[in-house]
Amino acid sequence: MAQYLVSVLADSSQLATEQEMAAIGAFNRQLKAEGHWVFAGGLSSPDTATVVDGRDGEALFTDGPFLESKEYIIGFWIMEAPDLDVALRLAGQGSKHCNRRVEVRPILGA
Amino acid sequence: MTDVDAVLTRVHHEEWARVVATLARRYGDLDIAEETAAEAFATAVERWPVDGVPPNPGGWLTTTAHRKAIDRIRREARRTEKHKEALMLSDTPQPVDAVEPVEPVDAVEDDRLRLVLVCCHPALAVPAQVALTLRMVGGLTVPEIARAFLVEESTLGRRITRAKAKIKAARIPYRVPSREDLPARVTGVLAVLYLIFNEGYLATDPAQHAVRGDLTAEAIRLARLVHGLLPEDGEAAGLLALMLLTEARRPARVSASGELVALGEQDRGAWDRTLIAEGHALVRARLACGQAPGRYQVLAAINAVHTDAPDVRDTDWSQVLALYDRLVRLDPSPIVRLNRAVAVAELDGPQVALAQLDGLPLEGYHPFHATRADLLRRLGRSEEARAAYDRAIALAGNTAETAYLVRRRDQLAGG
Repeated sequence: MAQYLVSVLADSSQLATEQEMAAIGAFNRQLKAEGHWVFAGGLSSPDTATVVDGRDGEALFTDGPFLESKEYIIGFWIMEAPDLDVALRLAGQGSKHCNRRVEVRPILGA
Repeated sequence: MTDVDAVLTRVHHEEWARVVATLARRYGDLDIAEETAAEAFATAVERWPVDGVPPNPGGWLTTTAHRKAIDRIRREARRTEKHKEALMLSDTPQPVDAVEPVEPVDAVEDDRLRLVLVCCHPALAVPAQVALTLRMVGGLTVPEIARAFLVEESTLGRRITRAKAKIKAARIPYRVPSREDLPARVTGVLAVLYLIFNEGYLATDPAQHAVRGDLTAEAIRLARLVHGLLPEDGEAAGLLALMLLTEARRPARVSASGELVALGEQDRGAWDRTLIAEGHALVRARLACGQAPGRYQVLAAINAVHTDAPDVRDTDWSQVLALYDRLVRLDPSPIVRLNRAVAVAELDGPQVALAQLDGLPLEGYHPFHATRADLLRRLGRSEEARAAYDRAIALAGNTAETAYLVRRRDQLAGG
């Protein structure tokens, strides 16, 4: 088995609608039932981010995201799947349920 | 060419994909598969002229490649303990000593389909799919592929390396997709093969030969392979038929002076009858099966009508138009409408056809202007025809095509 990070992409700070939340809940239950579930979470908007640079000893804090871009990640799943085809199929369902585009990336060595 | 050279060339064509596919499945690693297959062929080049060609060349190559793969894995395993660990942890634990090197060649038929599907996986960019297919399944070298698609060798090398790395890291599976997934995946495979064929049939760059027989031949070879592996797939049969019927006209398609010869003006005696017969047989078999045809099958049927006519005047244009109507329903793209208008011109005259071209969003597509130019010429509207030829010439890339369009333009009255 391998693990995949499935990031949910968005270009507005619009929160999920009630309908979308219900669909995501149903999908999460399905992931658990089928043994693909590892973890999932939603993220606060990028303007709540703080970039921390501790490379030179004293940590330096910068308000805001590390990357200014039109699209950003608003949530993610970590899924367990035997191969990319399964991960892509699950990601397709996830995208449909949360009504947003998603990006699939393998987690190294997992 | 000596007999052994000829055998080596033939065996390379016939066995390359098999050897690579078997090794890829066994070791789950395209790099090992490809490099050891190449080493095995190199060994054959050295040994066969001295020792003679073995009775089962495919088996000999597979065995040799397996031995080289095992040597290599042992070497790498010894190099670092970490490597060894990685091998032990790999998905398909394969104790090196348990590999029985000889495998009946016929048992691995499915491996090649797997290999084609891995190379054309939708998670890879299309240029990478094309490059990987030509390298892993076709056995073309990186310089050969780079030449064919006019990319720097280093760029192409990186593209292939990156694709292989993604296959490994993302775990693109070595598996024939399930029955319900297969049709969608085969669509991508056929699209890649069609791209390879078209690049050969009408090379897009003025610096290249107008027709690249090596690429069309390779595309046909791979299409035959896919059709052989999926005999029930109508579109695989359709694409093969389409390629054969198009390839059959190749000898008549470019004049001695390097100018494109339009379908209506080609010397039909120069067409390859064997390829036409094979293409027609495939089209007939698809018609007989009674299933609704897809895009490639309809295109093949259109080409079957053209190649059926001993003279251009015998062309059954109403049949061609009926097929285009069918194609428009499957694919209502402006390019299909443009091609349909050519058949309309034969049946209802250039005026009617010209009216159908109005408003098609094909301003940057040279065949649009070439078709308009021809219709305007036939209507005697020379000035407008000249402007349309100019536009087509400015946009066309293929040398033979440009030569043809220039001559046509210069023949216009009132120049």
